[in-house]
Amino acid sequence: MGTVARFWRETPRRYNLGGNRCAHCGSVYFPPRSVCPTCETHRRSLGHLEPFQLSGDGTIFSYTVVHDAAEGFEMQVPYVLALVKTVEGPLLTGQVVDVDPREVRIGMKVRAVFRKLRAEGAAGVIHYGYKFARVPEEGRPAAGAPARAAVPSRPDAPAVV
Amino acid sequence: MRDVAILGVGQTKFGELWDRSFREIGIEAGLAALEGARLSSHDLSALYLGNMASGAFIDQEHIAPLILDYAGLGNHHLPAIRVEAGGASGAVALHQAYLAVASGHHDFVVVGGAEKMTDVPDALGQAITSAAADQEWETVFGATLPALWALVARRHMHDHGTHREDFARLSVLAHEHGSHNPLAHYRNKISLDAVLGAGMVAEPLGMLDCAPSSDGAAALVLGPLELARRYTDTPIRIAASEMACDSMAVQHRRDVTTVDATVMAAQRAFRRAGRAPGEIPLAEVHDSYSISGLIALEDLGFYPKGAAAKALREGVGAVGSRLAVNTSGGLKAQGQPFGAVGVAQVAEVVRQLRGEATGRQVSGPERGLTHSLGGTGATAVVHILERVN
Repeated sequence: MGTVARFWRETPRRYNLGGNRCAHCGSVYFPPRSVCPTCETHRRSLGHLEPFQLSGDGTIFSYTVVHDAAEGFEMQVPYVLALVKTVEGPLLTGQVVDVDPREVRIGMKVRAVFRKLRAEGAAGVIHYGYKFARVPEEGRPAAGAPARAAVPSRPDAPAVV
Repeated sequence: MRDVAILGVGQTKFGELWDRSFREIGIEAGLAALEGARLSSHDLSALYLGNMASGAFIDQEHIAPLILDYAGLGNHHLPAIRVEAGGASGAVALHQAYLAVASGHHDFVVVGGAEKMTDVPDALGQAITSAAADQEWETVFGATLPALWALVARRHMHDHGTHREDFARLSVLAHEHGSHNPLAHYRNKISLDAVLGAGMVAEPLGMLDCAPSSDGAAALVLGPLELARRYTDTPIRIAASEMACDSMAVQHRRDVTTVDATVMAAQRAFRRAGRAPGEIPLAEVHDSYSISGLIALEDLGFYPKGAAAKALREGVGAVGSRLAVNTSGGLKAQGQPFGAVGVAQVAEVVRQLRGEATGRQVSGPERGLTHSLGGTGATAVVHILERVN
């Protein structure tokens, strides 16, 4: 854990899924990178990495139900943690919420939602960021899942909890 | 580059050593290694010390000169260097020491590894060790080291048809071997049912799939092979010391079920030693989690991807099989003092090559391999050790 600034400076990524894309080779990165590891000549990518917004849509690539919590997550056990394959390509690590852990499967469609992650220290500074919720399948609404992404679309948009 | 040999090994008991301090265990291991090498401290020219997180665990940084000082060598003014690479800290310290001796810059050096983990509560300990994963893009979202390895395990099961029992077998094997190791943290044998029925940590990994937090230290004395015979009748040659790195976070790996750093370190090590995996009769692999041990058997080149499970089902890993795995008890049973692990693995192979592994001795091994990981595989180190005939 660290200072408020340490978390505040990452808000464009953690609140809004702002990644970047290499204009030279087209690869998409999240979190954004300064150097493109895909380009054969890394130097060519310098100055060519452009902001790129992830949609928040993806499928579960792998998952676990965590019983021994990470620091600050003790009140949430058992919780589902997943690797989510986004439609744009990058894998993201995050919790899957508003779903019965027994129903989680590899390949399940999910969408990013904006949530409280944890509170830090005696002052209780709250960290927000993305988690993932199940996308309702045709004719089968899933409890608690949003109809569309609840992640603010712009860095300066008001937070939606 | 000249050949480098191990002249002596030292190791403390691993476990919850509440009555012993970090300095005490570090010095005990180092002095035992010197004693084993029949070397005087006046012969030494450097100390390398692997340690992951002394600052977080015992509020003490700058520990390399501290250990040097309390070993009585403060007034020798040797260089003392701390090396950090998560769970691979000790192995990387050995790699650095090997390079220094091979280059001719130093002749005789001590390589230590030490961690004092039980001075903090369990929950804080988990937070400290999980810092070997990516704090900004993994742990902040609720990941822990076992949770990340659980994600790897689930995908390995999905892609390669591995069963929960397949990696659980490595824990059973570790405890069987650990029962014969007087230095081991755990010396009790456990059944497959016990592993499968243990409380869950991060599904599908349970309590007995996870190596413990331990206190402990291990040390080696290294020197040029050409001078080693003056000090010992049984020098062990370091035939290869190689390391490789990869993306920090599991989410950025080329293939979530493969630790590419292990693949690369192993390929480099086998090339350097002029050996093939089939020539290795014993290996100490990084089973911080049962799944990480199983995947190591594949990525080191012993088995194709997805085939280690079948080999383990058929009895591979036991002493007497074609590949003895973790005869020390591994991280699971011998214990997991993070910074000491990589050095202790090498110490066990040295004991095996010298025929000193009472109760778990592999029959006349000529060489052995060690494999250490940092975090979820951003660092991997492979050593190949050989008897000198």
